[in-house]
This record gives sequence, C-alpha cells and structure tokens, in this order.
Amino acid sequence: MSDALLKVSDLRLSFSIEGTRTPALRGVSFEVGRGKVLGIVGESGSGKSVSSLAVMRLLHGTTAKVESGSALYEGRDLFKLSEREMRSIRGGELGMIFQEPMSSLNPVFRVGDQIVEAIRAHRKLVRKEALEEAIRLLERVGIPDPRERARAFPHELSGGMRQRVMIAIALAAGPRLLIADEPTTALDMTIQAQILDLLRELKGELGMSIILITHDLGVVADIADEVAVMYAGKIVEHAPIRELLERPRHPYTRGLLASLPSFRDNLTKPRLPTIPGVVPDLRSLPTGCAFAPRCAYAQDVCRDVDPEESRSGGARFRCHFPQESELQ
Amino acid sequence: MSHEPLLKTEHLTKSFVARRDVLGRPKRYVHAVRDISIHVEEGETLGLVGESGCGKSTLGRAILRLHEPSSGRVFFRGKEITTLSKRELRPLRREMQIIFQDPHGSLNPRMTIRSILEEPLKVHGIAESKSELDDRVEALMKRVGLRPDQLDRYPHEFSGGQKQRIGIARAIALSPSFIVADEPISALDVSIQAQIVNLLRDLQDDLGLTYLFIAHDLSIVEYLSHRVAVMYLGRVVEEGPARELYEAPLHPYTKALMSAAPSPDPRREKKRLILHGDLPSPLDPPSGCAFHPRCPIARKGICDRDEPPLRTVVPKRKAACHFAGEF
Ligand SMILES: Nc1ncnc2c1ncn2[C@@H]1O[C@H](COP(=O)(O)OP(=O)(O)O)[C@@H](O)[C@H]1O
Ligand SMILES: Nc1ncnc2c1ncn2[C@@H]1O[C@H](COP(=O)(O)OP(=O)(O)O)[C@@H](O)[C@H]1O
Ligand code: SF4
Ligand SMILES: [Mg+2]
Ligand SMILES: [Mg+2]
Repeated sequence: MSDALLKVSDLRLSFSIEGTRTPALRGVSFEVGRGKVLGIVGESGSGKSVSSLAVMRLLHGTTAKVESGSALYEGRDLFKLSEREMRSIRGGELGMIFQEPMSSLNPVFRVGDQIVEAIRAHRKLVRKEALEEAIRLLERVGIPDPRERARAFPHELSGGMRQRVMIAIALAAGPRLLIADEPTTALDMTIQAQILDLLRELKGELGMSIILITHDLGVVADIADEVAVMYAGKIVEHAPIRELLERPRHPYTRGLLASLPSFRDNLTKPRLPTIPGVVPDLRSLPTGCAFAPRCAYAQDVCRDVDPEESRSGGARFRCHFPQESELQ
Repeated sequence: MSHEPLLKTEHLTKSFVARRDVLGRPKRYVHAVRDISIHVEEGETLGLVGESGCGKSTLGRAILRLHEPSSGRVFFRGKEITTLSKRELRPLRREMQIIFQDPHGSLNPRMTIRSILEEPLKVHGIAESKSELDDRVEALMKRVGLRPDQLDRYPHEFSGGQKQRIGIARAIALSPSFIVADEPISALDVSIQAQIVNLLRDLQDDLGLTYLFIAHDLSIVEYLSHRVAVMYLGRVVEEGPARELYEAPLHPYTKALMSAAPSPDPRREKKRLILHGDLPSPLDPPSGCAFHPRCPIARKGICDRDEPPLRTVVPKRKAACHFAGEF
C-alpha cells in the first residue's frame, strides 16, 4: 500500500503522570489509503484519541511528549512542520470531528457564522458569498431548512444536528482526510445510522479519506475499508475489514468478536465466550505481550518477548501465535 | 386469567413537571411514560429497548415506586402495590431490586464494599450476628465472581466491571425475585460486557430471578430476553417474544431500530432503513401516532390524526401501528 495518504510509523508517546513518564503510544503504525476509511477500534484508554491528536499535533498544553515516530502526509512528516505550516494544514486538508460537538462549537455564535469563519479561513470569499456557501454546506450535511438553521445557536440544535454542523465546518475547508473520533458514540441508534450514512456519502462524493475512531466493531464493519485494532498503546492487528472479521489473526481481535452477542450463532449459546480479566494499566504493563495475561494462547515466550509485527494475507499483527483459522 | 404474572402494569403513566409558572404552579409536563401495560412472567427476562429519553428508566423506576406513578397500577404477584403506603411497601423492597447503569456513581465512595453489602442486610434485619453477616457478604462476593479478601476495600480500587459486580451483589443481597437492570453494561468496556451478561444469566438460572432488562444495545437484549418491549416517546410501540420480534418486526420503528444497529458479522445481510429527522421532544409529542413524522409508511389523514392503540396483531405479539406488519 504505497498509495497511502497518511502513513504513521512507530509513533511513541508518553505522558507525565505524577512525575513519571508513562507510555500511552508504544510504537503505533497505521496508514490510510486515498479515498478509504480506516477504522481504529479499541477499548477506552487503548490510545485511539491520543493517536489522532498526536498526528494533528493537538496535544500542546498536556504533558505529552512524542518520543519517536513519523506521520507522513503526502510524503511530508507532520512532526517536522513548523507550527505555522501545521496550522494551515489542520482545519484545512486535515479536518477533525469529536464525540461531543458541543465542546468544539462556540456557544455564543450562530452556527452559520461559525461555518462562515471556517470557510473564510481557507478561501477568499466575501461574507455574503461565504454565507451562501455555509448554507449550501448545511444542506449538504442534511440539515433541514438550512437558511433558517444557520441562525441557530448550538444549544438550540439536537446532538445529531450539532454533529452535522461539525461535519459542515470540517468540510468548509475541503479536507482530504477527516478524522472522526467517536462521532456517533453520544448519539441515538437511528441518528448514528444517519451520520454514518452521511460520512459514507461524503467519502464517495468527495473522494475524502476518513479515520473513524470507535469502540464499536459494528460501526467499523459498517463503514471501514481497513481496520486497526488497538490494545494498550499498540496496534495489534491491521487488516482489510472483511479479512479482519472473517479471519482475525490476533487473539484479542478474535476474543472481542467472539464475545459479541450478534456474532455468528452466539444467540443460541447459553453463555457468551469471554475474554477473562481486565484491560491493563499503562503504568504497570507486563513485560512481553501486553495481552498475555488474558490470552488463551499465551506461552512463556509471550510473557518474555513483546512480539514484532508479522504479516499474513492482507493483515499485519503482533502476536507470537497468530491464528489462521476462520472464526467460528 | 388462571395465573398471575410476577409483575404487571396497567395503564402506567408518569409525568414530570417540566416548567412552572411564576406562582410555582405546573405549566408544562413531560409525559415520560404513557399508558403502559406490560407483564413479566416469573423467571423470565423482559427486554426494554428504545432510544434515550423514551422513558425506559422512568418506567423501571415507576414500577419499583422509586418514582411515584402519576396514574395507572402496578401489580406484584397479583397484588396491587401502587396503593401501598411506604411502610406497607417495605417488605416488598426485598423482593424488587435495581441495578444501575453507572456502577461508579451508584456506590458510595466512602463506604467499604463490606458496608455497602451489609447495609441492606441490616436494614431488613436479615442477618443479626457479626459472623452471620460475614458469611453472607463473603458468599455474595463469591457469587458475583469477586474475592472475599477484597471486602474491606473502597469502590475506587475496583475496575468498572468489578464495580458493576458489586452493584449486582448488592441487588441480590436480599434474595429478590425481581430485578430492574437499567443499562447495566452500557458503561463497560466491550471485553467486559460479555462477562457481566454471563453473570446476569447465571444468576437468573441459579436463583430463578425475573428481570426487566433495559438497554439500548439490541443484540444484548436479544441475547438475554425471552420477550421484548420497544418504546418510543413514552409508549410501548411493540411487544412480543424476542425471536419473532427480531426476525419480523411488526412496527416500522422496530424495523428501523434494528436496521440501524450495526452488526460486525459479515455474514449478516445488511438491510438499511434510515429514518429521517430527529427524535421529537416528549414535551411536545406529535399528534396522532408519535412516530408519524419519521415513519416511512405513514399515511396522511390517518397516522397524523389517530393514535394507534397497542393491539394484538398476531397471537402473543402486539404493536401500536395502524399498519402493523404491512410493509
Ligand atoms: N492529557 C493527558 N494526560 C495524561 N494522560 C493522558 C492524557 N490524555 C490521554 N492520556 C492517557 O493516554 C491513554 C490513552 O488515552 P486515549 O487515547 O484517550 O484512549 P482512547 O482509546 O479511549 O481514546 C490513557 O491511558 C489516558 O489516560
Ligand atoms: N426526574 C425527572 N424530572 C423531569 N424530567 C425527567 C425526570 N426523569 C426523566 N425525565 C424526562 O423523562 C423522559 C424519559 O426519561 P428516561 O426515563 O430517563 O428515558 P430513558 O431511560 O429511556 O433514556 C425524558 O424526556 C427525561 O428528560
Ligand atoms: S401508525 Fe402510522 S405513523 Fe405510526 S408507525 Fe404506524 S404507519 Fe407509521
Ligand atoms: Mg477516545
Ligand atoms: Mg435511562
């Protein structure tokens, strides 16, 4: 996949927690193809948000420190750009939306004006033209009566409508990559379906790439071309969606899928298959593979040596004992 | 009727005052739960699904009288409990318990697990002596998969899944027969959810529990429930045996909800039925069928005018739609 729009390699990042440096990303590598959707899945604390914030260089004001790694966007390392260069890319070619749009919208400005501002930050349009463009964008993201709604304040809109406004703001700059961090987690099921549908349409229409971060494997299955599964600060498996769902190599991916009530014939089973134990604390990670204490396949080598990345089919994974069989 | 279900509601309604005028008199009401008649058989799980704000928690709480119903009746083992005084209600509290969504917020951070579990036993005078209490709480810990040597720790020392186990231990401490489980796994990590689902199922098998299981995750409800009720804007719009309801929904809302639930199984065929528009406000529900503004099969002059009653459409299955099953 040399045709990646964004290629993140061996990203290592730590936070200072109570005076000690604690790893949050322990060598994260992933790539997003042009016009493709990469899903990043993982449980809370696995490093999904930090990965995307690091790429966007939005972790100032925290104790985050990038120890190593690169993020090549169109061949340029985002980590090497000046702050000014980064600012023009961020909110321009790279757009981002979050779980709670309310925190990114300014409560005291009308949503139309906020879109106008985003448009004018990137294009030379007079206010009136920009407003027309903003209304067109609101319409494009499925907001009814866009001319009317442009005059609304954020709190006057529902959660789903606010997320549409955020998407409109991101679209204002004509992004080539949209990073969506749990964009539907706070929304109701029928509204989530609307937003996923909108993202799918936009991807097709604008040829935009998307990184969709979620804890929900169903959401990923619904929209992603490729999936990266995160566990304790590492990507443990990266594969085309179909391959990942049918033939997950990593025991964690297998365990997650197998535990879902909707997977295969689980509904008829008296008990669901489970992954024992809990997600590890990043402050006291085991040596070797971080999943070993919970893994049914773990041997001594797993507890001693952290597995390197290996490949099979279209998948990359970190496991000493990858499983090749189809998941039943 | 020859036999009584363990729990039954008749026309249960709960409204909250949403706004008051300058004199403090109620001006507007939220009709959180409207005219709900459901029943749960002994040993059964009735799943309750619907989007946020549709009234699931309010219904669960009104049944337990944690909210006083505005009207309608609740029967437990055939006996009306809506008219009981607080004191008369007390023995029934042992029988009817609740598990909350947020295991963290529902445990007092300043109490040890031991005191959290001892409290209901003491209040209800179940265990008198210290050794009896010790035996009881230790057995409870084991029963929910926790180590008794952790009894003297505080809630913050436990993970989310473990806290939910503690919440479950507290709920079963008094050997209840009926439990309202209000989104007990929604706040948990995916890899922990199945553990708790299995625990709930084991407890049901071993203790003969009856559940009202509330969730917005349809697949977990399908897994755990014998029957399912779907709510929309304060009303039950469909109710029936789980398998049939999931295989062939009668109400267009049920159908839309199911097609909106993303499935990770590539072998499952994807049917997409995307609803338009937002959820309406319960402060100001639409006329006629509350679902009509979003309904793909609504007919003008009927759906926007007449509220469809919840009626039996096929044996054992009810739906509140003028055109139930006709799509
Ligand atoms: N600003 C911060 N300061 C310290 N630690 C942080 C900060 N942001 C995130 N972390 C830690 O980094 C890890 C990864 O977090 P995050 O990427 O937010 O996880 P998620 O996969 O849920 O999005 C977590 O252990 C989290 O506690
Ligand atoms: N204590 C309360 N006071 C006022 N309104 C309430 C109260 N509890 C719930 N409501 C309202 O009742 C409706 C139903 O809420 P709830 O039962 O919590 O829904 P659900 O559990 O399905 O998300 C909502 O509109 C909610 O805002
Ligand atoms: S009654 Fe009418 S509006 Fe309501 S669900 Fe049925 S068809 Fe749709
Ligand atoms: Mg996150
Ligand atoms: Mg609720």
